Amino acid sequence: MPEMTLVGAINHTLDLALRNDPDVILLGEDIGLNGGVFRVTDGLQAKHGRDRVVDTPLDESGIMGSAIGLAIAGMKSVPEIQFDGFLGPAYDQLVNHAGRMRTRTRGAVTVPMTVRVPVGGGIHAPELHSDSPEAIYAHHPGIKVVMPSTPRDAKGLLLAAINDPDPVVYFEPKRVYRSFKEEVPEDLYEIEIGKAKVVNEGDDLTVVTWGAPVFQCLAAMDELPDDVSIELIDLRSIYPWDIDTVCESVRKTGRCVIVHEAPLTAGFGAEVSSRVQEECFLHLHAPVQRVTGFDTIMPFYKLELEYLPEAPRIKKGIEECLAY
Amino acid sequence: MTQAPTANNRMAKAHSSAETLTEVSTETHLKWLRDMQLIREFENRTMQAYQQAKIGGFCHIYSGQEACAVGTIAATKQDDPVVTAYRDHGHALARGMSARACMAEMFGKITGCAKGKGGSMHMFDRPNWLFGGHGIVGAQTPLGAGLAFASKYENEVLKKGVHPDHKPKQKITLCYLGDGAIDQGAFHEALNLASLFDLPVIFIIENNGYSMGTAIHRHTANHENLVARGESYGIDSIKIDGLDIRHLYSEFKPFADRCRENSRPGFVDLKTYRYQGHSMSDPQKYRTKDEVEEYKNKDSIARLLNQLMEEGSMTEDSWKTMQNEIRDEVLDAVEFAESSPAPEVEAELFTDVYALPQKNLSPTAEYHHGARNPLL
Repeated sequence: MPEMTLVGAINHTLDLALRNDPDVILLGEDIGLNGGVFRVTDGLQAKHGRDRVVDTPLDESGIMGSAIGLAIAGMKSVPEIQFDGFLGPAYDQLVNHAGRMRTRTRGAVTVPMTVRVPVGGGIHAPELHSDSPEAIYAHHPGIKVVMPSTPRDAKGLLLAAINDPDPVVYFEPKRVYRSFKEEVPEDLYEIEIGKAKVVNEGDDLTVVTWGAPVFQCLAAMDELPDDVSIELIDLRSIYPWDIDTVCESVRKTGRCVIVHEAPLTAGFGAEVSSRVQEECFLHLHAPVQRVTGFDTIMPFYKLELEYLPEAPRIKKGIEECLAY
Repeated sequence: MTQAPTANNRMAKAHSSAETLTEVSTETHLKWLRDMQLIREFENRTMQAYQQAKIGGFCHIYSGQEACAVGTIAATKQDDPVVTAYRDHGHALARGMSARACMAEMFGKITGCAKGKGGSMHMFDRPNWLFGGHGIVGAQTPLGAGLAFASKYENEVLKKGVHPDHKPKQKITLCYLGDGAIDQGAFHEALNLASLFDLPVIFIIENNGYSMGTAIHRHTANHENLVARGESYGIDSIKIDGLDIRHLYSEFKPFADRCRENSRPGFVDLKTYRYQGHSMSDPQKYRTKDEVEEYKNKDSIARLLNQLMEEGSMTEDSWKTMQNEIRDEVLDAVEFAESSPAPEVEAELFTDVYALPQKNLSPTAEYHHGARNPLL
């Protein structure tokens, strides 16, 4: 099996999808000739042509809207929105069209679209280029939201998203893009959207996270005493999310810490916390703890790591929850 | 905001001298040369600092386009609002921000124009009426319309400033955007609004021929006739060569004066070229080195310098002196940025989100230190 980075795995998967399915079409800003700002689509235009890997003007609303148009006509469109913050101009099209088409038409018209969006901080980029808006899109019915954290998951979730009959927002954590390689199977495989992954089994406390903080959580766990046993869950799908896996784990451990980069208030951790409290109330030994970004605008890079939930802060959150 | 007084005074002086287009003094020409060279040198050092990882965030270099900011801002008054996109270092310097405040901002230092919280793309200088520096392509265009709306309202309805230090007067807002931005929906909404409401705002398209990495003929329809976009909204529209600052000013100044007097919007297709990539991380697969060289042969700074030398108002020696002064000013800015402190976590991470600290929200020092979640 070849080893790939997250960027490499997504590039390889898009290549496979384009090769195997003539209905797949990619569009976005500088994704063709220039290979994308993060080089995720590097070489794909040369291989599959300008009609299938389409360079667009800088018009997020136009990109999203026309990708929806392609999808309602039966294509599997895969638009790229260059940065998390650039979803703003496309919000109207995504939320008011893509998420509502199936309901509006009672199933006659659907939107099999996958919106690829680099997400999150940790690469010294400023606000609008480091944001984590997953909760905003999870809040809108009709849209699915996923965020893989490893190359292998990235491939399986991307194929699942492209083949999904409904619109999927596919967030790619920038901080992980080139941070490590792992073996990725070359064949076609899908990872079910809505299914979490238990990264590490444990008995004392459940940590729930997604995206780049998975690796900060692992680092925090390394710093804990050997007799502390942590169950780490990578949610992978933000909506629909795997309530069963999380709650089964919390019923076992009795403690839950949720970690995400987005601001605390109304972050997706609030939803997870609320459901855990509803489903596991009698099993909880401590209140559910959240370790998150703050209710501020993502700071410029000198303060970036103060904002992000880094390992020392996660470790403190775990210790407090254990000591409650 | 931190300002070096010298830079402010320098700008204020130039703006106070009443000039008509036919009587641009040698002194003013020399000032344009200096301002353009300052931007060029500033950007050279910016690239250096970026490559040394002293500057974080993304960084968009203005080299090649200097005549655009310097030549158009020269036609404004000091309290005319200016708003631009993320390739904004040139506008900030031309508007009078000190090289120190501009460089320190990119270094993420507390002495930057926004305490190191905005960075390269978000240069703001409220005292000099510079309203950013904006990171979403085209999103600043409606802000330009709004700034013009405010000055018109002050002048025609309130008959006083909304702020004690504002004076109601016929102002003109300069709203800069790139050729890539004219494809955005917000651009069209802003033009329609500006024309409908008679807003005195000039949309200056710094047309460098590329929308990031996509050439103009591949990103915008009817690209040879951009003025048609302005005209289609009933807006007075002109095309100007943005590489020749004297020509630029002589065309732009009367155009801007007309917009001011008539309280009407304007649209300018200002043809220019950028020497560097879209950002510092651009492999530039979309153009040839020959093309870049071709434009470097038409360089706006070299052109003005040659003209001034031919006219005898500049010599090799005085040019060398000017370059040395500018180099020192920029090196001083780099040193200032390097030696300035970073923002302190306690003081700066949780401030400037709301006017006052809000109760029961997460930004608290206790929470930051991982002590008990205050919401529990």
